[in-house]
Amino acid sequence: MTARLFIALAVSLGLLAATAHAQEAAPEAIVAGLSQSRVSITANFDGSEILVYGAVKRETPIPEGKLEVIVTVEGPSAPVVVRRKDRVAGIWINDAAVTVDSAPSFYSVVTTGPIDKILSHTENLRHSITIDRVIRAVGIASEAENSPTFIEALERVRGDEGRYRLSEGKVQLTDATLFRADVALPANLTEGGYKVRIFLLRGGKIVASQERLIGVRKEGLERAIFNLAQDRPLIYGLLSLLLAAVSGWAASAAFRFIRT
Amino acid sequence: MQIYLPIAEVSVDAFLILGIGGVVGFLSGMFGVGGGFLITPLLFFIGVPPAVAVATGANQVVASSVSGVLAQLKRKAVDFRMGIVLFAGGMAGSAVGIWVFAWMKALGQIDLFVQLSYVLFLGLIGLMMLQESLRALLRSGKAGGAVRRGHTHSWVHGLPFKMKFRASGLYISVIPPLLVGAVVGFLAAIMGVGGGFIMVPAMIYLLGMPTKVVIGTSLFQIIFVSAFTTVMHAVTSQSVDMMLALLLIFGGVIGAQIGARVGVRLRAEQLRVLLSLLVLAVSLRIAADLLLRPDELYSVTAVSLP
Repeated sequence: MTARLFIALAVSLGLLAATAHAQEAAPEAIVAGLSQSRVSITANFDGSEILVYGAVKRETPIPEGKLEVIVTVEGPSAPVVVRRKDRVAGIWINDAAVTVDSAPSFYSVVTTGPIDKILSHTENLRHSITIDRVIRAVGIASEAENSPTFIEALERVRGDEGRYRLSEGKVQLTDATLFRADVALPANLTEGGYKVRIFLLRGGKIVASQERLIGVRKEGLERAIFNLAQDRPLIYGLLSLLLAAVSGWAASAAFRFIRT
Repeated sequence: MQIYLPIAEVSVDAFLILGIGGVVGFLSGMFGVGGGFLITPLLFFIGVPPAVAVATGANQVVASSVSGVLAQLKRKAVDFRMGIVLFAGGMAGSAVGIWVFAWMKALGQIDLFVQLSYVLFLGLIGLMMLQESLRALLRSGKAGGAVRRGHTHSWVHGLPFKMKFRASGLYISVIPPLLVGAVVGFLAAIMGVGGGFIMVPAMIYLLGMPTKVVIGTSLFQIIFVSAFTTVMHAVTSQSVDMMLALLLIFGGVIGAQIGARVGVRLRAEQLRVLLSLLVLAVSLRIAADLLLRPDELYSVTAVSLP
């Protein structure tokens, strides 16, 4: 456990050093902070809000062109199946289906302005910033006809659930130097590492970027129940039964007591 | 008050869950059904994933049935011998049902299969019960007193392996109860419910048991079927959410106690009319889902990583 932690630490330090090195040459660099580096899911967890803030570090005067900022937060990805209902013999049943290789469980984009204005197409292709670039769906065309509508449906369904969000103009930028963005995390969070990316743009081009990680983990009672269910399923099942039987008996006894 | 469910991984309103548990527990205590056919669709509706809803629903049914049986036990309305015979048949039927369930799942149409069985069986049983109980209600109203149907002798009484069921006042072959148990166990495994709504009418109409002992005996039998289902789900898919179960149970056990007391005050015919209307309503609701065009044609299911 500790050995694995050390390796993870060493790798992330190495990554930090590498990005810092790459940014040395650039005239502008990001100094960023997060209001919290971990989110604990406890029994009364009802969503959370993380504040991504920072400043632009410069050694030279401010270059030409308006500075824009994009912040993305990406939850752990998993393959998903998108199904479409069709009317067959008068009833609506799941008919066509498409398997998407990888779709994030949560994805939020916060920007200083309209995303198609401040981000060029090529930069989006290179850095995969908008949600349609993050969803990886290769070879779905053969699975069902009109397969792009399935991807649109995936974005729409998850958007309605509050999992995919695009908030344009919600990054506050002061004097082309200080920025802050609030990202709301919904209550139905999936456990795992949440990747936070910060991009500085000028004229549609990315001039600097930084990446951070937020750990989302169940804690306390939630953790204990989840672990027991995973590690000792039989004991967990029997315990659930015991709980049910005892509560049933207790209610019966309590009511008898009240009546007499 | 929002509460985060560790297995379902959603945040829900604790009072809403308590309320659902209470209403279903009330019906369970009143009619002697486990309430699985109500609780599972209700949990889907508030956003609990289907697998968790089915498994946790089974766990809640155990609690409300224990509570209900204890209330019935005091009135000596449980035929233990009949319950054990039904359960023996139920285990066999359930084993076959689980096998068929897996086979339908492999074919990829399990959702449709489950929905169709709900519509078909709930609709059929609801109609049969409504028709019979309305007729009984009208008859008793007209004659000024309940006309008691005597013991009718049918082919059921000609079968071998006769057994005395004293609490039910029956002396019949064990074959019909075993078969009833098996059919109910089979359907219960496929539909993910305790099977009380099938068991109660089958006991009344097929076995000729007096309504007085039917509820207690049905609940007694349901405890074991749903306990078996709960452990199976916990072991095979880790989908029992203890936090959700605790809330449902807390509401449910209280509801069941109140329901059992209200049930005593109502006449058997009235009770049956109400139960049949409830069963029909659920059946129509599911039928509407199948027949009307859904608002969102697409659905997204995350595939868990191996």
